[in-house]
Amino acid sequence: MSNAAWETLSNQAIAAAGLVYFLALLTHLAEWAALRAPVAAESETATADEGGGVAVATGGAAPEPTHRVEFLGRLGFLVTVIACGIHLVALVGRGMAAEPNRVPWGNMYEFTISGGFVVTLLYVALHRKFRLGWMAPIVVGFVLVTLMVAVIWLHDDVAPLTEALNSPWLVIHVVSAIIATGAFTLGGIVSAMYLVKMRKGEVATGPLARIPSLPTLDRLSYRIHAFGFPVWTFAVLITGPIWAHEAWSSYWNWDPKEVWAFITWVVYAGYLHARATAGWKGRNAALLALLGLATLWFNFIGINYFSSSSQHSYAAPTQEIARYERAPWA
Amino acid sequence: MSTETETERQPERRSGELTLRELLRWTWRQLTSMRTALVLLLLLALAAVPGSVIPQESVDSLGVTRWKEQHPDLTPIYEKLDLFSVFDSAWFSAIYILLMISLVGCFVPRTRVYWRALRAEPPPAPRHLTRLPDHAAYRTDEEVDEHLARARAVLKGRGYRLRSGDGADVGADDAVSAERGKLREAGNLVFHMSVLVVLVGFAIGGLFGYQGGVVLVEGSTFSNSLTQYDDFAPGSLFRAEQMEPFSFTVDEFDVDWLESQPGTWMAQSFNAGLHYRESPDAAEQTYDLRVNHPLSIGDTEIFLIGHGYAPVVTVRDGNGDVAYSGPTVFLPQDASFLSFGVIKAPSAEPEQIGFEGLFYPTFVNLDGDPVTVMPDDQNPTLSMLVYTGDLGLDSGTPQSVYVLDKSNAEQLKQPDGKPFRVDIQPGQTVELPDGLGSIEFEGVKPWTRIQVSQTPGIRITLAGVVLALVGLLGSLFIRPRRIWVRARREDEGTMVEVAALDRSGGGDGADVLDEIVAELRRTEKV
Repeated sequence: MSNAAWETLSNQAIAAAGLVYFLALLTHLAEWAALRAPVAAESETATADEGGGVAVATGGAAPEPTHRVEFLGRLGFLVTVIACGIHLVALVGRGMAAEPNRVPWGNMYEFTISGGFVVTLLYVALHRKFRLGWMAPIVVGFVLVTLMVAVIWLHDDVAPLTEALNSPWLVIHVVSAIIATGAFTLGGIVSAMYLVKMRKGEVATGPLARIPSLPTLDRLSYRIHAFGFPVWTFAVLITGPIWAHEAWSSYWNWDPKEVWAFITWVVYAGYLHARATAGWKGRNAALLALLGLATLWFNFIGINYFSSSSQHSYAAPTQEIARYERAPWA
Repeated sequence: MSTETETERQPERRSGELTLRELLRWTWRQLTSMRTALVLLLLLALAAVPGSVIPQESVDSLGVTRWKEQHPDLTPIYEKLDLFSVFDSAWFSAIYILLMISLVGCFVPRTRVYWRALRAEPPPAPRHLTRLPDHAAYRTDEEVDEHLARARAVLKGRGYRLRSGDGADVGADDAVSAERGKLREAGNLVFHMSVLVVLVGFAIGGLFGYQGGVVLVEGSTFSNSLTQYDDFAPGSLFRAEQMEPFSFTVDEFDVDWLESQPGTWMAQSFNAGLHYRESPDAAEQTYDLRVNHPLSIGDTEIFLIGHGYAPVVTVRDGNGDVAYSGPTVFLPQDASFLSFGVIKAPSAEPEQIGFEGLFYPTFVNLDGDPVTVMPDDQNPTLSMLVYTGDLGLDSGTPQSVYVLDKSNAEQLKQPDGKPFRVDIQPGQTVELPDGLGSIEFEGVKPWTRIQVSQTPGIRITLAGVVLALVGLLGSLFIRPRRIWVRARREDEGTMVEVAALDRSGGGDGADVLDEIVAELRRTEKV
């Protein structure tokens, strides 16, 4: 296949993935809508026998799911898995379209679609273990919006890597940063749900009833963040400085992107501390997690428009003023 | 807490009154509390924010100058607050020093406690296991000691440390106490200690290291001594003897230009071919200096960090003598490599001559607008305005080579009053009006910007972060747990109670309990 064909394939796959995510979102919304219906006296044995545990009730307060809800939940998950596969095709196509072939992390568009992919992938992978069925529409909706933002505002044609990006550290540094970003995003969604649930209190019916209890949410959020934090540490404080040292001669430059990566690190360190400190558990910890997520995404997109001095800057393309720059997330 | 009780004991003192010692102790307690550490962490994050939005002297000094010009009112306030060098400022340092003190104050006593706890046995089983949050009870046909022996085996198999002696003979104790995951705290301590290590490494680099930059036109030689640098930033404890006596010459510099998108050009595979000597009497070696591939000589590293064009010109004065000749570094203004530069001929007679203007790598006249269509030098063109008079070079005050002092110089004009402009291509010579002289454009040479740096302590820092990560993994994923199994003979069999205590906050004590109970009961049936 020619490079142009790969690029077309990638673009079409992203569009297709967006469409399938949308279908998954509709299915999950239908699932939620079905939850609103008065709970019929369904045969309880039937639901118990279904097994698979895809969309089973998670909290004690949750009503027994009906056949319909269960079916829609499983269908939605299946559609999400398909979308995730198509999403992967888009990423591979992006990498194959470049000459020479490379990892698809050369510009903002590619970082964003990769980040979205990791969110879906983590969701799919953890779905069963942590019974994440309740967060399906939120995750799918979020990834859909991310893809739309990427396609509408950030799209760039395939280009070779800039010289500074051409290093094995691109793979190690960026892949860990993207994985951490995906994990923190997922964790942030859980923390946001914690706050919503806390405000609304326990409800017997409707979509909110499916959200697990507050302690479960707090624990789940902690686990996801506990996974993301070491990965982020590895990306930002180990591989980042090693690469910076190789490319720019100084392992820490207080460049705006680095400053914000550091801020994000400190806030999440605060989150982990908060859970160990009396009085900061639960609500305050959830707020900290969301603050961390805000700094993370601000660093990813926002800082590019605030500061042009960043060596990571990509807002002004290939602005090489006596400095070999890197990409925003690199 | 203790301060309160002491105040109670001495009723003649007013409440809230503290002696100096008590005050110090109170301050220390406050400082080393977890809550303070948390607040300091968040403060540190907050304090770093201005460093990313306001241009920083160490990162972007040009940006600082520009910012100061645009905000003359705010500049004095910002300067007082050190907002142009946030990361060296007193207030930023204060936060992280307090944080470090808090860390040490937390870390030292915890290490002591941990050291003692490390050798301690798992605590004996509480009297009422059913009062623990995670507990289970079941009945078995096995004898008490038989079942407890199996419990010991099961727990040992799962990596638990057992309390010695208990459960061995039924009379003494009827319970098994087990514990695992003590390394979590070790991970925690290692992580916090590593933060200090990183800071030490960072400080060593900052104090003893140096960074210098130099712009070298193709063909020129650099030898490592202070006078050769264009800019030099040493640490406060840097000594000139640290500098290694190497020298190198940039033999040639190559760039490939690639049209990544129509009209957008991307530089690829920069390569500066060097030959170098590690010391004046060492053998000559060669190296291809590229981005991401620095050259290491001893403890010093040499990086290629930029490039540009240096037009080679010869300026002759009114008498026909050569007043200036050689490559002149022009600074790229944007990605198109349209470059700005200044040529000064202070020795020209009868009048000094100065040129200021632009270099177009590939010049095209688009409907009267001069533009450069690509950054490669396919059609190099210089377009400069000419000044004559006093260029301010005789006063002895240092002047930037990239700036022309026009305060006492006069711009050359055409007879119709329009500015006289030199538009010139390689091989051409332009005569200046009024018999001032001429300028000849001989050709273009590339220049490279080379960064030389020494970062002592970098291995300490790296070891510190790696250690921190290892500690972090330990402190996040090792689950400290205690399990107790108690068996009691009853009429119809043996009544067994199992309880688990999860001390990590991960909160999966119930799952672990279920697993262990399942295993105890499964083996029972066999």
